[in-house]
Amino acid sequence: MSASVSAIPMDIAETSAPAVQIGDLHKNFGGLEVLKGLTFDVVEGQVVSILGSSGSGKSTLLRCINFLEAPSSGTITIGGETVRTKVGKTGDLVPADIGQLNRLRTSVGMVFQNFNLWSHKTVLENVMEGPVFVQGRPEAECREEAGEFLAKVGIYDKCDAYPAHLSGGQQQRAAIARVLAMHPAVMLFDEPTSALDPELVGEVLKVMRALADEGRTMLVVTHEMGFAREVSNRVIFLEKGTIEEDGSPEDVFGASKSERFRKFIAG
Amino acid sequence: MTGASFFDLMNFGPNGWGWALITAAGVTVMVALAGFSLGAVIGTFGAWAKISGRGPIRVAAEVYTTVLRGIPDLLVIFLFYFGGSLALTAVYKFFGGEGFVSFPGFTAGALAIGFTSGAQHTEVFRGAYGAISQGEIEAAKATGMSRMLLFRRIIMPLLLRYALPGLGNVWQVVLKESALVSVTGLVELVRQAQLGAGSTREPFSFFLAAAILFLVITFVSNRVFRFSEAYFSRGVRGTR
Repeated sequence: MSASVSAIPMDIAETSAPAVQIGDLHKNFGGLEVLKGLTFDVVEGQVVSILGSSGSGKSTLLRCINFLEAPSSGTITIGGETVRTKVGKTGDLVPADIGQLNRLRTSVGMVFQNFNLWSHKTVLENVMEGPVFVQGRPEAECREEAGEFLAKVGIYDKCDAYPAHLSGGQQQRAAIARVLAMHPAVMLFDEPTSALDPELVGEVLKVMRALADEGRTMLVVTHEMGFAREVSNRVIFLEKGTIEEDGSPEDVFGASKSERFRKFIAG
Repeated sequence: MTGASFFDLMNFGPNGWGWALITAAGVTVMVALAGFSLGAVIGTFGAWAKISGRGPIRVAAEVYTTVLRGIPDLLVIFLFYFGGSLALTAVYKFFGGEGFVSFPGFTAGALAIGFTSGAQHTEVFRGAYGAISQGEIEAAKATGMSRMLLFRRIIMPLLLRYALPGLGNVWQVVLKESALVSVTGLVELVRQAQLGAGSTREPFSFFLAAAILFLVITFVSNRVFRFSEAYFSRGVRGTR
């Protein structure tokens, strides 16, 4: 278990229900223990920046939340519902009820480092795919709404373009629109700006900032210190698979007791 | 030489061989299509077995592709034809019949082509699956897609994008392999040309006609494949 006490900003913590609860999460890759028993809750409306050097387990943590990575042990609870698991052949946890997992996954959107748009579908089709085929909503309604989300992220004019014809920043904004179209309760961002040319980072961060301002629940694995400091209202610093710091950006950046964290932000 | 010209022989009148050859070309296409389709089904399972099957399943798939790619196609046709005939004769005898029952040439040919091309389909599909970006599959899982939906909406179209050039080659091979099925007595294009040549003593005219018809078939199927490739490559940079 991590030693640090979670320091959720009190104004949010008192009024909101937990959107994601992580209980004693362990993950081993072979003999390597990447996550060493993480426990924390993320309440609705929280924007959590997860920081850490490479190999600290921050991406693995994010990928365990929607079971793209199988946790070795522990529990994941989404909106109060715990993912039912059993021990698989490899010794890691596998979903015991894939239907339940898929249902919970529709409420947890994920934005990837490499965008991962479906290359054979236009931008509009990418955004409509989930609502129409996974959620089974009426196509006309989804088309209209997809257009609204694309306008919101500023690439409505690219509706009919294929992902390969877009810049990295445009692709990532399309990927964000694809997630928004599912009306997720939680959005996971796995280093959303790390694959972008420096001049394209700003346009993606701007969209993320707007989402944070709407009060969306976001977990963001990032190297963008500006975003962590200014946009998020909670910062978790992972070090070697444990939570080294957890608190408001003011507390963590301003008065960190952790030698490692001060070294980390000093670069 | 009987003095009959190529066009006298190949006309569509009551004494011409035109319709007979066109019908035979149809049989060629049908047996090739049946074999190719069976091969595609076998190849889908073969690729799945090789990619995600457990130990014994994977070994079985390896053995299958190694054996079928290591035996001459003509031999496979003989094995299916005579093997099938033996089995049918045994069944016939069991119910009190007498004598030899021959296996239908079309079925034997389609099975043989299916099983030989299945080995090639397996490798084509396996290679194509490896070319799909895992990120696109992960994005589909993260969206909550069920396994069936993921396969139908994401994997299959992407798989075809990478598999189609290889499938075009397999089809060409299958089409030519269908000529070998003539040994079973099935009246496909080559067999019909042989029959015509024997009855008119104009072998060159008949084999030339058969060659032209084969070329027409490959020309048309090339166009179909090129069209499909363009369709399934939509969204690939440089294809717009």
